[in-house]
Amino acid sequence: MRSWVGRRLPRLEDPTILRGLGNYVADVAVDAKLFATFIRSPIAAGKLKQASAPEGVQCYFARDIIAQPIRPVLNRPDYVAVEMPILAFDDIRFAGEPIAVVLASTQAESEDLAELVDFDIDVLAPVLDTQSASASGTRPVHDVDFPSDVNVVINSNIKTPNFDEVFAAADVVVEVEVISHRQSAMPLETRGSVASFDPRTGRTTLTTSTQMPHIVQLGICESLGIPVSELRVIAPDVGGAFGGKMSLAREDVALVALARKLRTSIAWIETRSENFLSSWHSREQVYRVEGAFKDGYLTALKADILADVGAYSCYPVTFGVEPLMAMAELPGPYNFAEYSVRSRAVITNKCPIAPYRGVSRPVQTLAMERLIETAALKMNMDPWELRDRNLIHEFPYRSPSGLVVDPGSYRESLRLAKKLSNVEEFRDRQAKAREQGIWIGMGISSFSERTGYGTPAFAARGMGITPGFERVSMTMDSSGGVELRIGASPHGQGLTTALAQLVADQLKIDPGDIRVIHGDTDSTPFGWGTFASRSMVICGGATQLAANDMRDQLLNIAGAMLEISPRDLILEDGEVRVVGSPVSVPIAEIARTAYLSSHLLPEGSAGLYSTGEYDPAGTFSDACHVVEVEVDIETGGVEIVKYLVVEDAGILINPAIVDGQIHGGVAQGIANALYEELVYDSQGNLLSTTFLDYLPPTMAEIPHIDIHHLETHTDASLTGAKGVGEGGTIGAPAAILNAITDALSPFGISINEMPATPSRLRDKIRTAQEVMQ
Amino acid sequence: MKPQAFAYERAESVDQAVAALVEHGDEAKVLAGGQSLLPMMNFRLARPEVLIDIGGISDLRGWSLSQDTVTIRSLTRHCDIQNSDVPGPLGALLRYAAGLVGHLPIRIRGTFGGSLAHSDPSSEWCMMATLLDARMHVMGPSGARVIDARDFFLTVFTPAIEFDEVLTHIELPALGSNYRVNLKEFARRAGDFAIVAVMSAIEVRDNVITDARLCAGGVSDRALRLVQAEAALIGQAPTPETFAQAASLASQEVDPNGDLHGSKEFRQDLVKALTKRSLAGSLT
Amino acid sequence: MSSPRESITLNVNGSNYDIDVEPRRSLADALREDCHLTGTRLGCEHGVCGACTVLMNDEPVRACLVLAVQAQGQAVRTVEGLSVGSEPLHPVQQAFWEHHALQCGFCTAGFLMLATSIVESDNVPTDQELTDVLASNLCRCTGYQNIKKAVCSAIEATRK
Repeated sequence: MRSWVGRRLPRLEDPTILRGLGNYVADVAVDAKLFATFIRSPIAAGKLKQASAPEGVQCYFARDIIAQPIRPVLNRPDYVAVEMPILAFDDIRFAGEPIAVVLASTQAESEDLAELVDFDIDVLAPVLDTQSASASGTRPVHDVDFPSDVNVVINSNIKTPNFDEVFAAADVVVEVEVISHRQSAMPLETRGSVASFDPRTGRTTLTTSTQMPHIVQLGICESLGIPVSELRVIAPDVGGAFGGKMSLAREDVALVALARKLRTSIAWIETRSENFLSSWHSREQVYRVEGAFKDGYLTALKADILADVGAYSCYPVTFGVEPLMAMAELPGPYNFAEYSVRSRAVITNKCPIAPYRGVSRPVQTLAMERLIETAALKMNMDPWELRDRNLIHEFPYRSPSGLVVDPGSYRESLRLAKKLSNVEEFRDRQAKAREQGIWIGMGISSFSERTGYGTPAFAARGMGITPGFERVSMTMDSSGGVELRIGASPHGQGLTTALAQLVADQLKIDPGDIRVIHGDTDSTPFGWGTFASRSMVICGGATQLAANDMRDQLLNIAGAMLEISPRDLILEDGEVRVVGSPVSVPIAEIARTAYLSSHLLPEGSAGLYSTGEYDPAGTFSDACHVVEVEVDIETGGVEIVKYLVVEDAGILINPAIVDGQIHGGVAQGIANALYEELVYDSQGNLLSTTFLDYLPPTMAEIPHIDIHHLETHTDASLTGAKGVGEGGTIGAPAAILNAITDALSPFGISINEMPATPSRLRDKIRTAQEVMQ
Repeated sequence: MKPQAFAYERAESVDQAVAALVEHGDEAKVLAGGQSLLPMMNFRLARPEVLIDIGGISDLRGWSLSQDTVTIRSLTRHCDIQNSDVPGPLGALLRYAAGLVGHLPIRIRGTFGGSLAHSDPSSEWCMMATLLDARMHVMGPSGARVIDARDFFLTVFTPAIEFDEVLTHIELPALGSNYRVNLKEFARRAGDFAIVAVMSAIEVRDNVITDARLCAGGVSDRALRLVQAEAALIGQAPTPETFAQAASLASQEVDPNGDLHGSKEFRQDLVKALTKRSLAGSLT
Repeated sequence: MSSPRESITLNVNGSNYDIDVEPRRSLADALREDCHLTGTRLGCEHGVCGACTVLMNDEPVRACLVLAVQAQGQAVRTVEGLSVGSEPLHPVQQAFWEHHALQCGFCTAGFLMLATSIVESDNVPTDQELTDVLASNLCRCTGYQNIKKAVCSAIEATRK
């Protein structure tokens, strides 16, 4: 029988959602007793002097909520831990920070009453940019000791032993500075939660739109000082997250505290503006990179990385997540030995940062790919050739930052992409187009995507809480149905379907007979959730182990039933068959026997239960993106004409799902490259708080994406699958900005800032035109 | 994100609507399609205490043509205009502009008069009214009056309609067949309000421009006629050089503010590019 | 602060719902909370994302920008009406399933209703027209490619 792995199986999750029967947190909220409105500071920095609510308004301030502040930790000397109170009570550190929460019996009424709450803030000058934030004499955003400069909360270095010597020996040094502005993960469903106290058990259930229910449970219980057993966390259907729902929300702590205090149920559904203001931001970074080349080979890289991480540290991954990932992974797919990097995080009076699809990699890929293009120009080399000779190609490869890269197809993906791109035909077309005043350009981006990494990778970062492993437990019931309980927490990735495909192949049953249970701390094993392109690799590996164990149990029991050695049995088409004989026993009968006639079986084989645990070091996917753009030089508008992805994500469990991840990832990368930007004014007020000002692209802005797969087999992943959730987003900005730069090459302009908005492009073009005149 | 509470009344006729407005004073607002008002109310940026829903007044729907004037009644939906068969260059401009109003679901609810009464400086209909010197007919307690477009748009979101008046219909000149009309918009995404838009109508007789109308949106607190550029076109042949010269003048005569979507210079660049393209193109 | 409630009848998917609502109640909230039809979702409440798209008199509208009181007397259709109970999926739903046109599912109801209006219309849209209409709604997961493919396939399936 054909294997289930590799099939474009329509997702098992979908019919429910398609019929409108999905169950998102707002659907649970309909039945809540009370509805919360958080009152948020309109001021970026200041001291809260007083806050009060009129009689009759059910309003709670910091003093009413007994909870420890959220204080994430990294065990490294350069990390500065800061505290985030559940509600601000003294210092106001960013516009949007919650000060109080009002409860009422309807959402509209709670918004009405929230307008009556009075508070007074002594305004301070906000600290808003990384340059001035770390200048001596600047007011610290938190009153803590800073081991280096003021407001610098991460200050890390790597320098390989022979760096200075090799850098000095270069025949060409190329320097590039790239800038990324603030962006939002912006799931279509905002955050939201319902905390519900059960007087019968004394426990509280938090239903919340999250990527990591077990960690939410842990974080809230730590803050409230209660045993984990007193809180059940449920992630219902989650309307997208992209990293934006993997950090502990102070609002959730407040809701649970109040639900316990008032012995009731309270719902909070974030508004879109609240999501922009106070859900997590990301990617406000500057990279200055210098590449040293000798004979056309990159030999040494020097880099200075600076991230504006906002006012607080996110739990559990901390505000080290961007600068530390950037430092470790900047070398990317390129083969060189010497590396000197400084990576810093600076706190400011802005919304805190947290992971967003790709985290630092879209920007670090932009830095490396702009460096390669700039170097090719300077050395008068073909950029395809320059990449080809510098891409890693012997595995395992040890990067200058110490990462071990498993086998991939870096050169092969580049070469296939080149072949598919008809480069010569394009250059011809480009020259003819220019004669007619049409400015087209082609851009390349080669990159790696580190995925599926377990505790070793997080431990290397010094995390106080060290994520990584995943566990699953599997049961086959007495009629042969399989139930798989997982600690991962999928929210749109189709993991249920992909895991069912894996199990179906191991147990020779139909994927439709497999139920996957996730997103409930009461009924799933502890797990870290779904983020960082990890679930297919780690949870998939754990599932494979559990399924193998289950298969062995079935064979053993069948062996006992048939009085034959399990070695002479095979699983096929829903039954166990004796090799070379017509004798067989259906799985359902084995299952029935395991439960209902266990006295016939050897001791210890009653029931059918298995578990799997997997904690891999990680694996790298790789890809090459090639983009063709047309730039309207008079308006600065950019149209993406063609988009090609050559991707190696190892073995594809469900190619339709993989393609979907790439489509969506590239669309977000396009958004990052051209459209989306969170803009603060000079007083620290966020200006982009609606979909009129923050611009997720529509279908009209996203081109057709042509995808080709290579499938390198790796031992770094049990199933052979590599993660693919972030690659699309990681590769797109670099490819697009390279394409724009190529289109505008006659103007001698480099486009190193994202998003490359029409206004920014026009400013560059206008300046170049003035110089040329 | 729920609006502040309000009372709701349905008006069955314009007279009833005016009576309700008189009764409730300036705490009341007229609700037409609601596609601009309701979002502002959801953000609590608009807080009317009473909404007078005129959506059921069927007399306020549709358009008619008499001699040289096209009359569009205020509740005519954007999608109805997009599908209308108003003849000549005006019809072409109306249909094309209607297609650029928001997205389909917005065009299905939103109305011509509602958009004008909302007075967003980059709205297609505010530009068209300004471009063609539309005549706005309003009804109030003391009867009907007409407001010329140039007097209608006071500033952002502020039309010269009194609190107790209802915009009933708009007269536009039916442009003769010698008119070439066009609209060019620059928006970051499909369906967005344009950052800058330029609408044009030029009359060409015997290869000479005999009337020139240019209007820019997104550069001021109201849609703006580009008078210097218009003047430079009259009497000239409709050549690329003429258009380029007018476009340069247009970009110099506007004084837009920069905002998060672009700098002042960027908007001036857009005025130049879009003026040139609008003049060069023709919808007929 | 609240204002007097109005008693209205909403006709949704062919059934009448007698409900009492404040005038400020949006059609979306009335569907979800008063009619208990939670398949219609709210993504922005300012008319841009389209997650709340429903059909009113067979035309797509933003249910966050229609007051429940305005919907009185109109025929409203929601995702729950596309295929009821154990009925097979509606051709548009089926096409979305087969073409992997959803991931997290939060935009799906809105896109299904928008697509249904296209599939039911007499005109076969050009590729550009199709993009124009489908650009009305936001999806954060799919990159739109499979949504477009699904709608094209549903159009074809229903014309056969």
